[in-house]
Amino acid sequence: MTAVASTKTAAPRRTRIRVAPGLVVAVVFAALFAIAAVVPQILATTAPTAQDFTAALRPPSFEHWFGTDESGRDLYSRVIHGTRESLLIGIGAAGIALVAALVLGSLAALGDRFTSAIVNRGIEVVFAFPILLLALLLVSILGASAWTQVIAVGVSTAPGYARMVRGQILAAKNAGYVEAARALGHSRGRVLTRHVLPNAVRPLVAVFTMAIGQSIVWASGLAFLGLGVAPPSSEWGALLDAGRAYILQAPWLTFVPGLVILVLALTATSLGKHIQNSLEKGE
Amino acid sequence: MTIVEEAPQRIPVQDAAPRLTVRDLQVGFAKGRSTRRVVHGVSFALDAGRCVAIVGESGSGKSVTARTLVGLTGADAVVEAEEIRLSDADLTTQTDRTWRGIRGRRIGFVQQDALVSLDPLRPVGAEIGEALRLHGWRDRAARRRKVIELLASVDVPRPELRASQRPGQLSGGLRQRALIASALALDPEVIIADEPTTALDVTVQAQVLSLLNDAKARGTSIILISHDLSVVASLADEIIVMRGGEVVEQGDAAAVLGHPQHPYTQSLVDAVPGGHTRGERLAPQSSAVPNLHLARDNGGERGEPVLEARELVKNFVTPDGRLTRAVDRVSFTLHRGETLGIVGESGSGKSTSARIALALEKADAGEVRLLGRPWSAVSEPRRRALRPRIGVVYQDPLSSFDPRWNVERILLDAIPADAGLTAAQRTQRVRDLLAQVALPEATAVRFPLRLSGGQRQRVAIARALASSPEILVLDEAVSALDVSVQAQILDLLVDLQDEYGLSYLFISHDLGVIHHMSDRVLVMKDGVVVEEGESDQIFHAPEHPYTQQLVASLARLDAAR
Repeated sequence: MTAVASTKTAAPRRTRIRVAPGLVVAVVFAALFAIAAVVPQILATTAPTAQDFTAALRPPSFEHWFGTDESGRDLYSRVIHGTRESLLIGIGAAGIALVAALVLGSLAALGDRFTSAIVNRGIEVVFAFPILLLALLLVSILGASAWTQVIAVGVSTAPGYARMVRGQILAAKNAGYVEAARALGHSRGRVLTRHVLPNAVRPLVAVFTMAIGQSIVWASGLAFLGLGVAPPSSEWGALLDAGRAYILQAPWLTFVPGLVILVLALTATSLGKHIQNSLEKGE
Repeated sequence: MTIVEEAPQRIPVQDAAPRLTVRDLQVGFAKGRSTRRVVHGVSFALDAGRCVAIVGESGSGKSVTARTLVGLTGADAVVEAEEIRLSDADLTTQTDRTWRGIRGRRIGFVQQDALVSLDPLRPVGAEIGEALRLHGWRDRAARRRKVIELLASVDVPRPELRASQRPGQLSGGLRQRALIASALALDPEVIIADEPTTALDVTVQAQVLSLLNDAKARGTSIILISHDLSVVASLADEIIVMRGGEVVEQGDAAAVLGHPQHPYTQSLVDAVPGGHTRGERLAPQSSAVPNLHLARDNGGERGEPVLEARELVKNFVTPDGRLTRAVDRVSFTLHRGETLGIVGESGSGKSTSARIALALEKADAGEVRLLGRPWSAVSEPRRRALRPRIGVVYQDPLSSFDPRWNVERILLDAIPADAGLTAAQRTQRVRDLLAQVALPEATAVRFPLRLSGGQRQRVAIARALASSPEILVLDEAVSALDVSVQAQILDLLVDLQDEYGLSYLFISHDLGVIHHMSDRVLVMKDGVVVEEGESDQIFHAPEHPYTQQLVASLARLDAAR
């Protein structure tokens, strides 16, 4: 339908930009999370560690928006003040995963036959293990702490991203513009750094955003199993773990941190999708 | 509706009511609160056993017109017409439900690309059988017999086997024939064929056209949508020429092709390259510059060889593990300042030969020499010094541009680093290059994605020129373009050749384009050069039966002219 295409090309005359409502929600939440991470005291004035035994295990109310825990600490304040640590764990894990994926994926796609075979098989073997199982294994070897959480999640999720990087590089390597550059007489190194790698890495911006959300979910999973940051930290996974003991008397102690993790993961995924879409559409 | 009023050949009013009548068809697409008209006032009447062709370039509204007649314009389309009548049925008042009784049964629809029109996961027999089943053929065995009979009727060899195969296992020609078989399945009164031969090789194209001609002879009415005037010439009784949704000319086929009245139709007809256009401009020129430099006859004087290929052989492993020979002992010599055409159908090995000549692909045997120096036999780092002297332009320019880069960056990247230019000189060079290919300077900051097909191809040519090469390899460089854009690009190539003494290795499946451009021609089939010689000799006195077959398929438009 050629005519439809011509209708589209006429579009730029309309200057009004239509923003998807989902994007607005995601940006608002992302801003809230960013504020909570950088300057939590703006959003929550009560100290996260302030105990008040007279108000222990209170359900959500006007005074305590998210309720209180067994020591009477305000859960809202704890969630807000836990944002920074949770986000750092997520960003750190996603960062480790993507750096490892870039190295491994490039080796797998660009190495000689021997190197790429070994790296490929290695990636596939690790990929065959469930992520949580692998992370548990790493934590039990390294001992539980925020750092091991980051490393465990990063390393466990890396193989999936490595395969993605490998695919991207292979696709870029076979693109028409790479052959065109070769035909112009550009050297292999120049073609690689100017065309293959930038085009392969570009989509990873979106992947990274989504990976942050995913990593926080995995890290919370570890923390929930008691393999995360030790109390009194209010990292969200740790909150989940702490609330587990009171799940029947005070379900909000697990429900609210779980919901916050969910919202963060949704925000990251939604932002990532939008970045991906706008990259695909071109400049 | 400009010239239709003046055109003497309006709809011939017959005594008997025509089979299909369309009066003042208007189609628009709702966009927000406004409606964008894409078809303005198409009218025609179609009798049994006749063919009306709607001709136009991309965006002319011809496909939308066709889809309107089968009720497939989509939900946001606004269709208005004084009358659309198929014998007794008023097509303006059909609902989705009633359309189903008309589509397939009374109006068959053949789409352009059979690969996307057929369900990839279903055997083609089942696809055709489905149409029969929906229209009341309950008995499975009878249905199967009918399917095989239909496939046989469209000259599908071994129809029993083919019926059980999926579209992916069939060649393009077979798929298109299967699609025609499914359109013919219920013996419809009208067949709408939307670019039915566009994706096909010329010899297959001829077979598909003769099928449609057979259907026409049996009394089926045909609406043919095409941009290809030679296809139209072979089938149409009446021609409607559309541009930008308007009918610019309408009338008897021989009259429209032979004596086009409207300037646009004239330019369309003139833009079709061929032997008769050699040395002439294809596109109308804005200024009255005499085409003195277009004399193509160089009196048989040949420059020195610039690109020599000797006994090239290339084998490929097919997916099922067999070895096929894509290029079989191909030799050719390109001399300075001449155009060597390589013509052949898909899979003939012409593009592979070009890639070997560019040393982008390694031959299994044989040698290529560039400017008298070893080329294919040396390593890539040693070739790099010579690379700037041979350029390439591909069929699909968009995929050959890095999507992150704008035109300026693309061209800057193509200027050799050892040219010793300052940054300012390089920017100036980009401007010069754009001027050479007749693009405005402002194109520099645009991205190829936002350019039209013709502009993209100009950028691709500018990029190939950036290193001031002596040889250009043009691999189907104009095949994806509309005929009038193709004409401009061909004119540009001829100008550039005359100005810079370029040598062209010109690869195309289009015989007309090859004849128009080439001094000498190589005809390839199944990896082998079957005939080689001076362009006029090949086209006027072909010796090999395959060349004769190719040339015969060209004759149609010339006959209509």
